[in-house]
Amino acid sequence: MSLAVEISLARPGFTLDVAFDSPGGVTALFGRSGAGKSTIAGLLAGLVRPDRGRILVDGEVLVDRAVGIFVPPHRRRIGSVFQDGRLFPHLTVRQNLLYGAWFARRHASGKPLDDIVELLGIERLLARRPATLSGGEKQRVAIGRALLMAPRLLVLDEPLAALDQARKDEILPYLERLRDEMRLPMVYVSHARDEVVRLADRLVVIEAGRVVSAGPIGEVTSRFDPAAGSEAAAVLAVTVGAIDAGHGLATLDFPGGRLTVPAGRLVVGQRLRLQIRARDVAIATGRPEGLSILNILPATILDMAAAGPTAVGLRLDCGGTVLVAEITRLSAEALALAPGRPVHALIKSVSFDRPPAD
Amino acid sequence: MPFLTPLEAEAFSLSLRVGAWSAVTSLPPAVAIAWLLARGRFRGRTLLSVIIHLPLVLPPVVTGYALLLLFGRHGPIGAWLESWFGLVFAFRWTGAALAAAVMGFPLVVRALQLSIEAVEPGLEQAAATLGARPIAVFFTVTLPLIAPGLLAGLLLGFAKSLGEFGATITFVSNIPGETRTLPIAIYTLLQVPGTDAAVLRLSLLSVAVSVVAVFGSELVARRLRRRAAGA
Repeated sequence: MSLAVEISLARPGFTLDVAFDSPGGVTALFGRSGAGKSTIAGLLAGLVRPDRGRILVDGEVLVDRAVGIFVPPHRRRIGSVFQDGRLFPHLTVRQNLLYGAWFARRHASGKPLDDIVELLGIERLLARRPATLSGGEKQRVAIGRALLMAPRLLVLDEPLAALDQARKDEILPYLERLRDEMRLPMVYVSHARDEVVRLADRLVVIEAGRVVSAGPIGEVTSRFDPAAGSEAAAVLAVTVGAIDAGHGLATLDFPGGRLTVPAGRLVVGQRLRLQIRARDVAIATGRPEGLSILNILPATILDMAAAGPTAVGLRLDCGGTVLVAEITRLSAEALALAPGRPVHALIKSVSFDRPPAD
Repeated sequence: MPFLTPLEAEAFSLSLRVGAWSAVTSLPPAVAIAWLLARGRFRGRTLLSVIIHLPLVLPPVVTGYALLLLFGRHGPIGAWLESWFGLVFAFRWTGAALAAAVMGFPLVVRALQLSIEAVEPGLEQAAATLGARPIAVFFTVTLPLIAPGLLAGLLLGFAKSLGEFGATITFVSNIPGETRTLPIAIYTLLQVPGTDAAVLRLSLLSVAVSVVAVFGSELVARRLRRRAAGA
């Protein structure tokens, strides 16, 4: 799947002018509410018409204002999941699920109902009506309904925003399964950093109707940009290598080395993503001795940038994985840090995309 | 019906037939126009609304006269319908049904328009993204969701038909067994001395039928609303 978007649209008090593309996987549109993310979701689904521009999916032109092409929503085969679910109140859960499948029957490439129902854990809801479902259940049915139409792209517009944390934790694993097992290309609209870090392969940051940065997630989050208001962090995909039950610790392997963290409920072989915030990483020029910090990784400084009036942001190459560190300008000068210099990264804490113990 | 004379029973059954036909046949065009007024974005929307609502404010005699001009045997529409479909309205019960339908139309359209406007557009959008063409969206989402309004409109149209007098008597006159509906029968009896008992009987009958129709529509609409809410 490939997606190319280049559109602009003006409404009273709001202009949107964005261009981005995606080779597939999960692309997150990230930004504050009112930034224009949901409008982009509507443009992809065909519910909003742009003033100018083009949208291409897999090379097929869905919108091109210059030559007057506008493919209506029902012929796009782009599944949509909305914040408010939008289940049909007069139909049962089963009828809701099969609604899109009926129209998509000619494509016949979709998964059977039983598979989707099992994937989303909604077996017991099939005979019920939407009004009797909880918020989390409604969203799982809405996701199932979109999947059963055999979409080539799934657009999720803040699907978890209306839910509390417990319900979010209930649904996120299902979205991970869509990404990892069905390999379904997704555009995921969200203003929640933890959801985005957990799900997205690529990040498009939207602010006031414009793309302010875009790229692979680890690259975008590791940029130091004080104006963006979000702190820099490295995103690592790791595998649980071993569990030290005696000390309650787990070893996590990633291409650049290994980390030791509290084991919590982790199991050997489990894959997960974690974030290491720039502020939680300190720098030593030699290998420190007599330190309680468990995670000390050798790395090379890639580049340095001002990260505020008194701070310096470092990007470090740790065996191919990029780590970020934020230290004072004074320390940087005292240690004579410069790009290319080998250092040790001292990782004070690691935050998981999901709590390892609770 | 033992308590009615044959002539009165004839007026009663004619009224039911005229009411049923006018309500049922005006429903599909009323749904189409209500949808246009609720969801359509086109020039002349206000003009359409004004034309639909005219019978509500015009003197019924004027509406009846307009029907006579248009649908009479020599009227442009009436002559065409007769030559192509053999359909005659002038001085027939079908004309009474047409007059009742035209007079009730604004009320029915209004009821339907309100219930279409109450349908969450997000649901129709969701249906479109799931592959439903606009016509399929209408029949699988919009129409089931406005079922209570549909039924209310049907019964409202029926109840309104039972009371139609001015346009009917102007358009199709007062022919026993053909166009003499309940209100026209009551009016006719009032012209004759010594018919007080008959007038009262027919008036009470009118009240009873109207009450049953309105009450029934409330009852069914409430059940449908509950079902639509998913209980």
